[in-house]
Amino acid sequence: MPELTSKKIPVTVLTGYLGAGKTTLLNRILSENHGKKYAVIVNEFGEIGIDNDLIVGADEEIFEMNNGCICCTVRGDLVRILDGLMKRKGKFDAIIVETTGLADPAPVAQTFFVDEDVQKNARLDAVVTVADAKWLSDRLKDAPEAKNQIAFADVIVINKTDLVSKAELAEVEARIRGINPYAKLHRTERCQVALSDVLERGAFDLDRILEIEPEFLEAGDDHDHDHHHDHDHHHGHSHGGLKHYHDEDMQSLSLRSDKPLDPTKFMPWLQNLVASEGQKILRSKGILAFSDDDDRYVFQGVHMMLEGDHQRAWKDGEPRESRLVFIGRELPEQTIRDGFERCITT
Amino acid sequence: MKEFEPGDNAASIVSVTDRVRPVAIGMPVTAVHFLGDTAAFVGAEESVAMVSGKGEISRVPVHGGGILCAASDGMRIVMGGDDGKLVTLSAKGEVTLVNVALHPEGAMAWSAGKTAFVRSGKGEEKSLDVPSTVGGLAFAPKGLRLAVAHYNGVTLWFPNMAAKPEYLEWAGSHLGVVFSPDNKFLVTAMHEPALHGWRLADSRHMRMSGYPGRVRSMSWSAGGKSLATSGADAIIMWPFASKDGPMGKEPAMLAPLQARVSMVACHPKQDILAAGYSDGSILMVRLNDGAEILVRRNGTAAVSALAWNSKGTLLAFAAEDGDAGLLGL
Repeated sequence: MPELTSKKIPVTVLTGYLGAGKTTLLNRILSENHGKKYAVIVNEFGEIGIDNDLIVGADEEIFEMNNGCICCTVRGDLVRILDGLMKRKGKFDAIIVETTGLADPAPVAQTFFVDEDVQKNARLDAVVTVADAKWLSDRLKDAPEAKNQIAFADVIVINKTDLVSKAELAEVEARIRGINPYAKLHRTERCQVALSDVLERGAFDLDRILEIEPEFLEAGDDHDHDHHHDHDHHHGHSHGGLKHYHDEDMQSLSLRSDKPLDPTKFMPWLQNLVASEGQKILRSKGILAFSDDDDRYVFQGVHMMLEGDHQRAWKDGEPRESRLVFIGRELPEQTIRDGFERCITT
Repeated sequence: MKEFEPGDNAASIVSVTDRVRPVAIGMPVTAVHFLGDTAAFVGAEESVAMVSGKGEISRVPVHGGGILCAASDGMRIVMGGDDGKLVTLSAKGEVTLVNVALHPEGAMAWSAGKTAFVRSGKGEEKSLDVPSTVGGLAFAPKGLRLAVAHYNGVTLWFPNMAAKPEYLEWAGSHLGVVFSPDNKFLVTAMHEPALHGWRLADSRHMRMSGYPGRVRSMSWSAGGKSLATSGADAIIMWPFASKDGPMGKEPAMLAPLQARVSMVACHPKQDILAAGYSDGSILMVRLNDGAEILVRRNGTAAVSALAWNSKGTLLAFAAEDGDAGLLGL
């Protein structure tokens, strides 16, 4: 079917708790001399004033979909706004969606998986979360929204680092890593981050799961390392109390296997898992080696929604290893591990 | 110009592509309406291209920014824009800001956010707040009654009556809404690829599903016997002639192509309809036997606008890339 333009417009979702610096980052993106035009979907007009870009107001209407998926919600206003913007293609190069400080990023992300017309014209590029170096640790204790935003992120900009000591910064980073060891972290003052670090990340692009692999593969090791390090550090400064920076209810879980997986067992298992535990699973990703299959299979998911495909042939000498990552709330770790074990060929 | 009668021997595809007058609109078109015999191609932004029967184009600026919606009663087009303004456009190309204008010829309705507004022919303005952003509006064929589609249902409102508006509930987001011409049924196009309908006498539900894509275009056949819809790789026609409407019945599927139907427009008098597809093709189809006539070949952007003039002697179309045409019959 001939499409008007084959190139999908990249969409960056900008989240962050109240006061973390979302608007600062947004203004930085817009005022930078990058020669690009953005359509920006904001909840409050206000401090954003840029002539060259298209600013559209949103009202965060959360709609449930009647597709049998109980946690499947989309942003109804976003569907409408994107629909309108797509009639004006050529007027902008990319879209940035700024959410309110209290927003759950899931309905925004799900909008890009569920709606056919949105999917045809736009692609989710990444969820970028701005975190306040000084206050995030406190917010993670009392604001579930802040925790969701960290858990969901592909890129986390730790802002206002000039307002905290090195020790405080280390602590907040460790707390972030305790929830989401896979996101790219950037430390900034006044959101001074290279635009290439927050835009055009391709975080939801199945083909680029390969490119993010280094962090993805090393993540488990980094995770442990960070923990031990911060553990000692922490005690050294006698902040007391917390033994590990494992978050009490939001965790990540990584699985791996050197032996190939049985696709006839794995696929139903994964589908059942997200169907039954999808409300708890915020994000999932995986690179899989199936028995009798010379191609790598990659998948990613948001809550109950999964998308996956054969990516490319395994290279000679490349270890045929399967790796999966889940980030979620109160993940039933043992059940997931046991289920996964049963999908490994013997 | 005489009225169009398809020949009896039109069983195989006949082409009228040589009779189409191409029109270069030069901007993306989202809707086309006839004001008399002038085809008004509503752009995605800024302006409307008025094309006379002779093919002369004049551009009329109507909004600063995007044009979000357009409706027409054949006398005027009312449009809402990103600039927060509501304007009417007459056949002469006169643009009037609705907020300061009084048009005595008939009521109009519009919405902004969660509020629906009605202005009666006398210029009285009333508003109704609904629970979520308005997805679509439709006037009933009789009486001053407005259907307001929104999330989880439709609100039916008599603006001139004190009674509480009636609420027809159905879970999900309702985007488009139409009354059947006999005032017996109400049909909405949902965010999911399905239609939902109610028989107004008893609010009985009708679920019309099976579409591969969202239904964006609906058109009642002459006399309201059936409802033509886009959203599949054939025109889906739901039967509405009996008192039960399409309940328990299968829809007819006409003119299947290897492309998705993007626009449908039934002829105002004959049992003929025009359908535009996602590959740019346009067919005229006879309802009783499915005979097809080719109006426009495939291979371009999706057809985004399609309309007949009220006499049924002119068909206007436009594609997403601004390529447009007029066919006189």
